[in-house]
Amino acid sequence: MPQHAWIIPALPLASYALTVFVGRRLGERAAYIGIAALGLATVLAFWTLAAVGGGASAAMSVPWLRLGDWEIRMGFQVGRLEAAVLAMVTLVSWMIFIFSKGYMHGDARFNRFYAHLSLFVTGMLTLVMADNFLLFFVAWEIMGLCSYLLIGHWFEEVENARAAFKAFLVTRLGDVGLLLGIWTLAAATGSLRFADILEKVEAGELSGSLVTVAALLLFMGAVGKSAQVPLHIWLPDAMAGPTPVSALIHAATMVAAGVFLVGRTYPLFEAAPAALATVAYIGAVTALVAALIATVQTDIKKTLAYSTMSQLGYMMLAMGVGGFAAGLFHLEAHAFFKALLFLAAGSVIHAVHTQDMHRMGGLIGPLRLTGLTFLAGALALAGIPPFAGFFSKDAVLVAVHASPYRALFWVALFTAFLTAYYMTRAAALTFFGRPREREVIEHAHESPPVMTAPLLVLVVPTALFGFLGPWFQAFVGGHEAHGAEAAPVQALAIGAAVAGILVAWAIYGFRALDRRTAIRLLKPLYVLFKEKFFFDHLGLAVARLGMLLSLAVGAFDRLVVDGLVNGVAWLVLLIGRGARALTAGSAQAYALVMLAGVVIGLFIYQVLGRVG
Amino acid sequence: MPEAGVPVGYFFAVSTLLFSLGVFGALRRTNPVAILMSIELMLNAVNINFVAFSRHLGAADPVRGPMFAIFVITVAAAEVSLGLAIVLALLRRRRSADVNEFDALKG
Repeated sequence: MPQHAWIIPALPLASYALTVFVGRRLGERAAYIGIAALGLATVLAFWTLAAVGGGASAAMSVPWLRLGDWEIRMGFQVGRLEAAVLAMVTLVSWMIFIFSKGYMHGDARFNRFYAHLSLFVTGMLTLVMADNFLLFFVAWEIMGLCSYLLIGHWFEEVENARAAFKAFLVTRLGDVGLLLGIWTLAAATGSLRFADILEKVEAGELSGSLVTVAALLLFMGAVGKSAQVPLHIWLPDAMAGPTPVSALIHAATMVAAGVFLVGRTYPLFEAAPAALATVAYIGAVTALVAALIATVQTDIKKTLAYSTMSQLGYMMLAMGVGGFAAGLFHLEAHAFFKALLFLAAGSVIHAVHTQDMHRMGGLIGPLRLTGLTFLAGALALAGIPPFAGFFSKDAVLVAVHASPYRALFWVALFTAFLTAYYMTRAAALTFFGRPREREVIEHAHESPPVMTAPLLVLVVPTALFGFLGPWFQAFVGGHEAHGAEAAPVQALAIGAAVAGILVAWAIYGFRALDRRTAIRLLKPLYVLFKEKFFFDHLGLAVARLGMLLSLAVGAFDRLVVDGLVNGVAWLVLLIGRGARALTAGSAQAYALVMLAGVVIGLFIYQVLGRVG
Repeated sequence: MPEAGVPVGYFFAVSTLLFSLGVFGALRRTNPVAILMSIELMLNAVNINFVAFSRHLGAADPVRGPMFAIFVITVAAAEVSLGLAIVLALLRRRRSADVNEFDALKG
């Protein structure tokens, strides 16, 4: 089966083409094309996973381009890492395709939505399976494009269009680094294939500084795509897109592509300790900063967006401290429960038509199924056993604990506390307590089965995937969790999670402490978090600086460079104008000039002839 | 070999005078027929030089210089007939024979 794995990304591609070309005639039935394609792809992906688990693997490549002696090959490879990620991506995407059928019902651009969603999945699956940097980069950019298109799906609101623009531009900044990194590696090794490059790196054929530079450049791409500080500013704004898009692209899959990139080129990072340390620190800072900002968000989707950012930071942190398998384990587990949380949030928004949590409350009554599934996701994210998040976060914490970075372990632990806090806060504000607005709750009704069924399906991996942890980590080829050290870390992790839940429940459940009093007491911190650590201002300042620079360059170009060219032209024009007076059109005047020329010529000939 | 008759310098004086008159007329006159006549003057100055030099230098073939002159006269006749034809055509078309009015070459 793995030899035919190329069919997996081909299915959504076919769905994309079909939706584009015949979708209009089918109306909303076009959704079935995508759902069927993804269903088949999911089956194939799990079949592949089983085959790979049985020891099979596959690689295939064809010549793509020949430049002199340099042949570029395009192809795919399916090993353990790829098979595991493929299965996760197809399953989550399939659920989101089904959910969208209900969520996007009646949308003016329903078919376009499904077309873009299909194209996006094609990009993600291609990226996972690519065996060379070129195809990887192409898939990477396809996802960037689809992200842009889907964030701006409701482009009638200028804010949404701006958010799409922001996401595109900010991630582009990281992509420049990725491209330079690819170029550096290709120039140094003469190949674009992962296998060739990593082989040379592991054999120590490349100089240490070159490896470090290349790794940092690649990581720059990952920072942009995976919303790490300081290129994270696009992710919260990306919530302007429809909620299924947030679930698929900005929570479960695309943002994980950066982490996947680090995982894919991991030997490169291992060969560059400085780059690995950078990954760890950036990850830790992102995890903490995002969690702090999440504590003061009032928009349910933004809370989830910042929690995504925070969890991506965890994954990077795990990668950075050498916990390759732990990072990937958290990636997969997070994809399941974050997709679940976003879809549940989508179901809530579908029911109450607002995203402001302060206007909700008591929704567990009318939205029982949605509420319960959301709670499962929230518990998983908070890290409560036996949900998946507990095991995966625990694996990350163990990996950090086993590393020499003591401080980062406490940062990660504090972040775990904050995670539990803000998820409890979100759940309490949304589903519990007295309804704050009658109007909101009176019109709330449970979503149709087409939306709740995917939630129920996603609850299964959310609840059970964690138990596969040791097996999974061994499967993707990393080291298993360190059993001896794990117990105290687990205790600390559970303690932090429970403490977070209790503090949040004290404020938002029991109202032991009025939240307004708390805000007043912590005013400077509140403002800092509310303003998102002023990263948007920082981004704007950088953008302004860039604009000033480009204005200066533009002025130089216009005045000096163009001035030179235009000046020459003007000079010629002026001379021409002067010369035009000479050609008055009178043949006699011409003859006179000719005569003068002959006379002068003869005169010169005579004089020079004498001298010579 | 000492020369009999008129010294060669006299011929040059006459031909220079004729050529200068021709140049002046060709550049100054506005009547195309007068210009053609001036050109004829210049050509004849050249012819005088051909004949004078032929005799002065005592060429081995005494016909060569006058031969050139005869050719020039023939070609000049053809040229003048063409020139007069152009003048006639201009008169018909533009109702004028003043060269100052013909400035289609203006840049």
